[in-house]
Amino acid sequence: MCLAVPGRVETIYEEHGARMGQVNFGGVVKDVCLDYVPELEIGDYTIVHVGFALSRIDEEAARETLAAFEQMGVLDEEFGGPQ
Amino acid sequence: MRYLVEFRDSEIARRLLDEIRRVTTGAWVIMEVCGGQTHSIIRHGIDQLLPDEIELIHGPGCPVCVTPIETIDRALAIAARDGVIFCSFGDMLRVPGTESDLFAVKSEGGDVRVVYSPLDAVRLAEANPESEVVFFGVGFETTAPANAMAIEQARRRGLRNFSMLASHVLVPPAIEAILQSPANRVQAFLAAGHVCSVMGFWQYPPLAEAYGVPIVVTGFEPVDLLDGIRRAVLQLEAGEARVENAYERIVRREGNRAAQELVERVFEVTARAWRGIGEIPSSGLRIREAYAEFDAERRFDVEGLVSHESELCRSGEVLQGAIKPHECAAFGKECTPRSPLGATMVSGEGACAAYYNYGRFVPVASVSQA
Amino acid sequence: MTAPLDFESWSCPLPLRDYPSIIMGHGGGGKLSSDLVEHLFLPAFRNEALEELGDASVVAGQAGSIALSTDSFVVRPLFFPGGSIGELAVNGTLNDLAMAGARPRYLTAGFILEEGLPLAQLAAIVDRMAEAARTASVAIVTGDTKVVERGHGDGCYINTAGVGFVPAGVSVGPRRARSGDAVLLSGPIGDHGIAVMSVREGLTFETEIRSDTAALYPLVERMLEQPEMVHVLRDPTRGGVCASLNELAQASGVGIVIEETCIPARAEVEAACDLLGLDPLSVANEGKLLAIVAPGAADEVLTRMRAHPLGREAVRIGKVTAENAGIVAVRTALGALRVLTPPVGELLPRIC
Repeated sequence: MCLAVPGRVETIYEEHGARMGQVNFGGVVKDVCLDYVPELEIGDYTIVHVGFALSRIDEEAARETLAAFEQMGVLDEEFGGPQ
Repeated sequence: MRYLVEFRDSEIARRLLDEIRRVTTGAWVIMEVCGGQTHSIIRHGIDQLLPDEIELIHGPGCPVCVTPIETIDRALAIAARDGVIFCSFGDMLRVPGTESDLFAVKSEGGDVRVVYSPLDAVRLAEANPESEVVFFGVGFETTAPANAMAIEQARRRGLRNFSMLASHVLVPPAIEAILQSPANRVQAFLAAGHVCSVMGFWQYPPLAEAYGVPIVVTGFEPVDLLDGIRRAVLQLEAGEARVENAYERIVRREGNRAAQELVERVFEVTARAWRGIGEIPSSGLRIREAYAEFDAERRFDVEGLVSHESELCRSGEVLQGAIKPHECAAFGKECTPRSPLGATMVSGEGACAAYYNYGRFVPVASVSQA
Repeated sequence: MTAPLDFESWSCPLPLRDYPSIIMGHGGGGKLSSDLVEHLFLPAFRNEALEELGDASVVAGQAGSIALSTDSFVVRPLFFPGGSIGELAVNGTLNDLAMAGARPRYLTAGFILEEGLPLAQLAAIVDRMAEAARTASVAIVTGDTKVVERGHGDGCYINTAGVGFVPAGVSVGPRRARSGDAVLLSGPIGDHGIAVMSVREGLTFETEIRSDTAALYPLVERMLEQPEMVHVLRDPTRGGVCASLNELAQASGVGIVIEETCIPARAEVEAACDLLGLDPLSVANEGKLLAIVAPGAADEVLTRMRAHPLGREAVRIGKVTAENAGIVAVRTALGALRVLTPPVGELLPRIC
């Protein structure tokens, strides 16, 4: 029910006074209301729920999180696997 | 990068599972609140892969499951009326009311339409001025901003034929109700990541402190869920009870202010009945007086609704984690996904529907690797 | 947005041009009906049996078993990327015959048209049916047209029934799966369902997703070169691979286990499924098939499939087991096993 999917903002336009955008979800493009995340610019990534952008994705945070996972278990592997 | 597939990576997931196994020494009970998280856990088989000491309880975070039966019956009555176009998310179509469900109303001639967004319903209202368009606004805090904006858009476009049947519920009061229950066994929570993208997580520290439970804001993909569980276990093992954000790429402590403000303008907090659980104070949202013309509950006079649940249904106990679905006598017999007695068997995220699969599947575990 | 459809290329003889839309009279059996047959259906479907215009069409038979199949097509919208109700109506029934191992030869076509359907749309549909039939070397030899009042009928419904002949030595059927058999899939799933839904949900794609509608017998023919090795054939239409495998597990009284990481799907299809909250395994296909084959023959059959354009991306996705009869399970990317329950009814708007 809280299905929200990340996508990349490709265009920005206006409809009935609301800030809208075309967002690209891995190759699928859909119109999304961007009013709640006014700082979004073309090229930014955002998370979208029922046609509304809710948050700007912090790409740096994402990279750091993944990098931390990469490191996880590395020491264990060097010293013979998890206990 | 898509910020999605990377968080489904099996190699990273396996490392996280190894980490969890490495740090787990005690038996722990963790609840994931959001139905979307339950769905993802079941779909990827995470609960099977965790060490036996960790028990996951699926929480009441399924707005479909907790919508009161009276609200469903009201929706059915409105949808059956001539001149009404009733719009809903697909999830609600098979939820049983006292006598019927939206799908049946549709097949009997009611104009029931599945929409992806409440804005679709607004556009329908604009395109069909001679019809009354009603949107079934069900959801948690994640969906409230969308619904608030839809009402605001209807106002801006000067629509006289659009209204919403709103049934919104709030997460923190539910968590508190669970913690206050004498039968509670939950020792840590995975907070709903997308709810928090709207609300932030400033509401949780008082709960964590008062009840001594770790609360970890968690996402939905396998890697996110495993990381959330890992952090919860680490805290439990260390006897800590903090609020942690494991979904930093999306969630900030203060949440989305613009969204919170519009929700505050259109809706007000109220007591809400949770189907199967009962009334929880200050746990829901209703449309404010200022927006009364967009409130389907005020706009449509629905007389003589007599609502009652199936006597066999024990959804409420399941939702609270008091019993497991297969402990209900009707499970798999009178109550199946094809003929559900309660909402938890209907919704793809409902614990009973999820267990219906799991229960059939225990013997499958013995099948050898290909 | 999909490109606007071009109906102008169809040239219309005078009698039909008087009526730009279908009216009740077109189904009445009188002059209007026969105008439709003479000026629309006959020129499009063009074959001797049809041109006899008898109450029944008489065609050449063959020794051996006859396969029969019928299906009705109610897809909405009528036109979508990669096809229309026309191609579906032809290929759908041809494929049902092919799944029995039969070479399709003849089709019937019954139309239920809604009053007000633009004639240009009907002509485009009929034109595509004719093209699909020609491609498959199949003749549409008889038909019927009825018209229902405006407000009933969604524009156009089509029923087709097909006749095919089963070559000697071929014996495929839903009950023939055996423990140890391999489960094969001819290519990426979900294209058709997503193509149709893209029109309804207002999705556009960087690389357009088109319906995969296709007549599969040419692929089947290759696969049946060693007929005793192929036990079951099934095209996963409504309900997708999920529905089909569940039906087969039930019918054969066996268990089926498939590997999530082996299931092919285009990236955009997966993205659309993520967006709409759908499982690609439950999305309809119109040009794919599942095959359950003897374990030792899997590699051989795959090679033959990949040598044909309709099977280029064929893969092995799982196996048949004796345990857990009637149950289909998926091994997830993480290595857990979960049951793939059959779809319960249909939340999706009609897509086939």
